[in-house]
Amino acid sequence: MPILRFSSARGRACTWRTAQLLLCTSIMWEHFAHAADIGLRGRGATREQAFAEAGRALTAVVTEVDRVAPRLAVPIRCDAPDDELLLVAWLNALVYEMATRRMLFGRFDVRIADHALAATAWGEPVDVARHQPAVEPKGATMTALRVAREPDETWIAQTVLDV
Amino acid sequence: MNTTDLIHRDATTWEIPQAGPMHVPVILYGGESLIADMDEKVREQACNVAMLPGVVDAVHVMPDAHWGYGFPIGGVAAFDPAAGGVVSAGGVGFDISCGVRCHLTGVPAEAIAGVAGRLADALFAAIPAGVGSTGRVHLRGGELDDMLTGGARWAVDRGFGTATDLERIEEHGQMLHAKPAAVSDQAKRRQRDEMGTLGSGNHYLEIDRVVEICAEDAAVAFGLRRGDAVLLIHCGSRGLGHQIGTDYLRDMVVAAAGFGIRLPDRELACAPIESELGRAYLGAMRAAINCALANRQILSHLARGVFADVVPAARLELLFDVSHNTCKVEDHPQGGAMRRLFVHRKGATRAFGPAHPDVPDALRAVGQPVIIGGSMGTASYVLAGMAPERAFSSACHGAGRAMSRHGALHRWRGGELVAELAQRGILIRSPSLRGVAEEAPGAYKDIGAVVDAAEAAGLARKVARLEPMIVVKG
Repeated sequence: MPILRFSSARGRACTWRTAQLLLCTSIMWEHFAHAADIGLRGRGATREQAFAEAGRALTAVVTEVDRVAPRLAVPIRCDAPDDELLLVAWLNALVYEMATRRMLFGRFDVRIADHALAATAWGEPVDVARHQPAVEPKGATMTALRVAREPDETWIAQTVLDV
Repeated sequence: MNTTDLIHRDATTWEIPQAGPMHVPVILYGGESLIADMDEKVREQACNVAMLPGVVDAVHVMPDAHWGYGFPIGGVAAFDPAAGGVVSAGGVGFDISCGVRCHLTGVPAEAIAGVAGRLADALFAAIPAGVGSTGRVHLRGGELDDMLTGGARWAVDRGFGTATDLERIEEHGQMLHAKPAAVSDQAKRRQRDEMGTLGSGNHYLEIDRVVEICAEDAAVAFGLRRGDAVLLIHCGSRGLGHQIGTDYLRDMVVAAAGFGIRLPDRELACAPIESELGRAYLGAMRAAINCALANRQILSHLARGVFADVVPAARLELLFDVSHNTCKVEDHPQGGAMRRLFVHRKGATRAFGPAHPDVPDALRAVGQPVIIGGSMGTASYVLAGMAPERAFSSACHGAGRAMSRHGALHRWRGGELVAELAQRGILIRSPSLRGVAEEAPGAYKDIGAVVDAAEAAGLARKVARLEPMIVVKG
């Protein structure tokens, strides 16, 4: 699957070569192609970081993540029988909060224990003129769903989002 | 898709034979180039559907099919409850009953062209569209449940449209056996401020010109005249449907093993039709269908208000309203007898042929209207269902994407697209230029090839070709 977009931990756009160099020291998200929808992939040194980066990848489907100011904190909790379903539950919890609060989130603090996730998401209400939101996420699917530790010890958390 | 190992039944019908754990074959519809352009994932996903319990006849793949999640988009499959058949939340998808309706304005396109800018602005102001938008109808508690039970009929009772609209909507505007109690509080909360909103992505409200009549008899029955303007509305069940999909997909994945179901793909999460979970999902999904029907009905009412001000001669009579992502109980001929089946259509349109009792009286002689939406700069089509039925009376639903959203975003800029389309006489109004770029007409397949294939395959015949004049994008 071609990787289409990269971001450093601070959301700065970068090339694939730069992204590879940053991999050891930085947390990243990326999108991968899906015919109708969008694949999300978060990477990190820990499972929690990978989930947080997947959250940033979700926001990046809607707008430029760096345009979202961390003005309000929203607590989020969810659980699931395994890591992969927990990723789906986490992304769907974010979709729900985005939809009902009409907010976008750009920063995440994720804690996971025994497939129970507790997180804080920071963001702000949607500002159409400034955020130029492209599309609203409908839900995280279980297509291309994977949460795993790679041979280089990096965690990835990925799935396809229906938009 | 590699076509070399497909059985070529005729010019537009291809078969993947039943093999291994598949219970039935897969039938694909389209010319060789359409089939060859399909992703291999379409094959993989259709074959996975053919492995589900109780699937009958074949899994059918429409000419506009593309890689989806679980089912391919453009996938049709029917399940027999008497054979242990299942209902699949993944087989219906998140945007339950996403669909298109077509209104006849009764006025020539020239009458619109003279006020196009004013009409586009007024529609954009009146139709809540895009991320974060809210409607003017806010529902709580029992009122929301009434909407989930009543569908477009509820909307008409509230003054949104007229009773004559209901005869031109699948299920007469009200999906029976909906169960609001099976809809989660989260799903209801997502919907309470979203009634009468267009949404985003590929959802739109569009004014088109009828540029070609392809079948005179059906066009007369449908009231379509060359040169007239029509209004199309494409949207679905909004946040409520999305949340129902989310809720039941999770529940069905967790429960599958307990039912003894081995899922070839977790996205195909399903439950036996004759199970508590299966019945609960069907009740919730039907509530979401009603939500979509009510939503489109409110949007029609809002559009009528705008037309009354800007183009008072227009009447906006509803030609028909079709739904795409559904599971419906229908009778179909199987093995020489009629069988009651649960027909999943994921990104496919019901297309009942002439004489079918569920087609409105005035249209029954020619078949159900099938409305195929385009994408801003490309044509749309009105088709008619055909007999004898194929693919459980189903047809394509749109052009289908040929390029991912990010591929489109890298290739086009929203502002340039809006300017380019304006030069072609197509006015675009959208809250998001990025959204316009992601929905660039060039990111979609050739809709003409898709409908030609649908007609050649006997799924639905062409009645009229439409070209856009004004598009309000979410």
